Amino acid sequence: MVIFLAKRVGYMLLTMLVVSILLFLLLEVNGESVAVKVLGPYTSIEQRNIWLENNGYFRPLYVRYFDWLFGIATGDFGQSIRFKAPVSDILWDRLGNTAILGAATYAIMVPVSLTLGVLAGMKEGSALDRTISLTSIGTTSVPEFASAVLLAFIFVFTLGWLPGTSAMSGGFDPVQLILPVLVLFLYGFGYLVRMTRASMAEVMQTPYIRTAILKGLPYRQVILRHALRNALIAPFTVIMLQINWLLSGVIVVEFFFAYKGFGALLLEASLNQDIYMIQACAMVAVFVAVTTQTIADIGYTYLNPRIRLGG
Amino acid sequence: MTDNAIRSARPSKIMQYLRRAALIRESWVGSIGLGIIVFWVAMALLAPLLAPFPPNAQYVPFMAPGFNLPPTGTFWLGTDHLGRDILSRLMWGARTVLFYAPLATFCAYAVGILMGLAAGYKRGWIDDVLSRSADVILSFPILVLYVVIITTFGASGINIVLAVTFASAPGIMRIVRGLVLDLRNRDYVAAAQTRGESSLYIMFVEILPNARGPLIVDACLRVGYVIITIGVLGFLGLGLPPPDPDWGGMVNETRGMAMSFPHMTIFPCIAISSLVLGFNLLADGLREVSLRD
Repeated sequence: MVIFLAKRVGYMLLTMLVVSILLFLLLEVNGESVAVKVLGPYTSIEQRNIWLENNGYFRPLYVRYFDWLFGIATGDFGQSIRFKAPVSDILWDRLGNTAILGAATYAIMVPVSLTLGVLAGMKEGSALDRTISLTSIGTTSVPEFASAVLLAFIFVFTLGWLPGTSAMSGGFDPVQLILPVLVLFLYGFGYLVRMTRASMAEVMQTPYIRTAILKGLPYRQVILRHALRNALIAPFTVIMLQINWLLSGVIVVEFFFAYKGFGALLLEASLNQDIYMIQACAMVAVFVAVTTQTIADIGYTYLNPRIRLGG
Repeated sequence: MTDNAIRSARPSKIMQYLRRAALIRESWVGSIGLGIIVFWVAMALLAPLLAPFPPNAQYVPFMAPGFNLPPTGTFWLGTDHLGRDILSRLMWGARTVLFYAPLATFCAYAVGILMGLAAGYKRGWIDDVLSRSADVILSFPILVLYVVIITTFGASGINIVLAVTFASAPGIMRIVRGLVLDLRNRDYVAAAQTRGESSLYIMFVEILPNARGPLIVDACLRVGYVIITIGVLGFLGLGLPPPDPDWGGMVNETRGMAMSFPHMTIFPCIAISSLVLGFNLLADGLREVSLRD
């Protein structure tokens, strides 16, 4: 078990390292263009050279890389060009806001999709199954910006029930979270439903379920006590991996609803070529993605009795 | 008896494919999906003939659907903030999306299949290197990758195709690799190896055609995702440069005025959703039909 854990964590660190090299090469290999982005296009060569000299950009590439990597590892991401403040000051705040949005989405998405998936997979091919499956295909087909427009049209413009932006300018307001969460939920739940359904349908075909039914157990009990335990192993992995997807989804939703979160920050940084902010955001995003992936791997192994760890 | 007679006639390869493709009629879900796709393809192809107005020509702005301007004609879906006919722009926009989405998917598949065949059939260090690189790329949240790539290299059609290829090829590689790992132990592969066929021949002639079923279903779903991606990039202002119509861009340009003139924003949303729905339904139908036999 210890060897397995060490392997997974080592593997995760290796991925992060490769990602950091890629990001560094993509954004900082050319010192001259970094200076243009930081100082602006209307600066003279002399000004740029002074800046490059002062910030150590004339050192060899690998020295710069290790210096940068050390900074990131100790939480120093540099100075944001766009916000004129240390990157870390802004980043953690925004990340917290996105965590709230993500947690709210998950709190709705996970129970609803697991229930629907189990109901659909219980009787494959039934009318209920077809309805749930088709609905989930339908909702996954609507891009987030389209469902945001349509929902805003219904609930904001026509009915006037909900606010159309979620900037939270007057302090935290849960009502402003409803539409962003709904949009993320609609786009994301179909996939989880289909995964749960497939897993449940597979379990329902196994001999031990047939035995349980044939020995006369009530159907409820067969589902709740026998089928669910095995059917929910695969969705667990999917739920963890969906966090990776959520980090994409928040970019659109936060942009649309003007929510001050991580996704909107990444987009703003990218559009303004705020390279230190882009690097920090991308590293954080990949860190979250890789961590959840590792947890999913470990959890899957731990939950699945059929996998025995040989080291 | 008659069945045998038909079979012995050995229909041409093309007829065989067409006959297989016609199986989609057995799934009503798939048929509806195919119908939607055919509709949009027809719109895209016939846009120069059918579109009532040139896509970038300006008339009266902010007009509601059905607005009639006597000498010039009727604007069935209204006009946008610059007075351009929305119906015509949707038709021309279908051209853009139906050109770039399949092209990007095709490129991603070309790269992904090559990588997957090499990794699954050759194994060894090639497999290790390819699989590890795929893991690294797949560890990025996908839109983060798109946004960083597009903002660094600039927004253009070719960059969108390259970004989609770069981000999707690893996922396709994983699927192909999994299929190849299963197929490489089949007898016909062993037979080809004994005949002394080259690895290239075995990979492309023996293994790949037998892996096509799941790949076709996946390709259908993937075209849908790529359409969403192109739409999202357009919506974020990272899509194709204006003024040429692009559905995501149309939503982005008009959403600030959606409160007073919702038709400008809603029609492009419906267009893109319906097209993606078409591909997803077709994929579902294909899966259903292929599981049946």
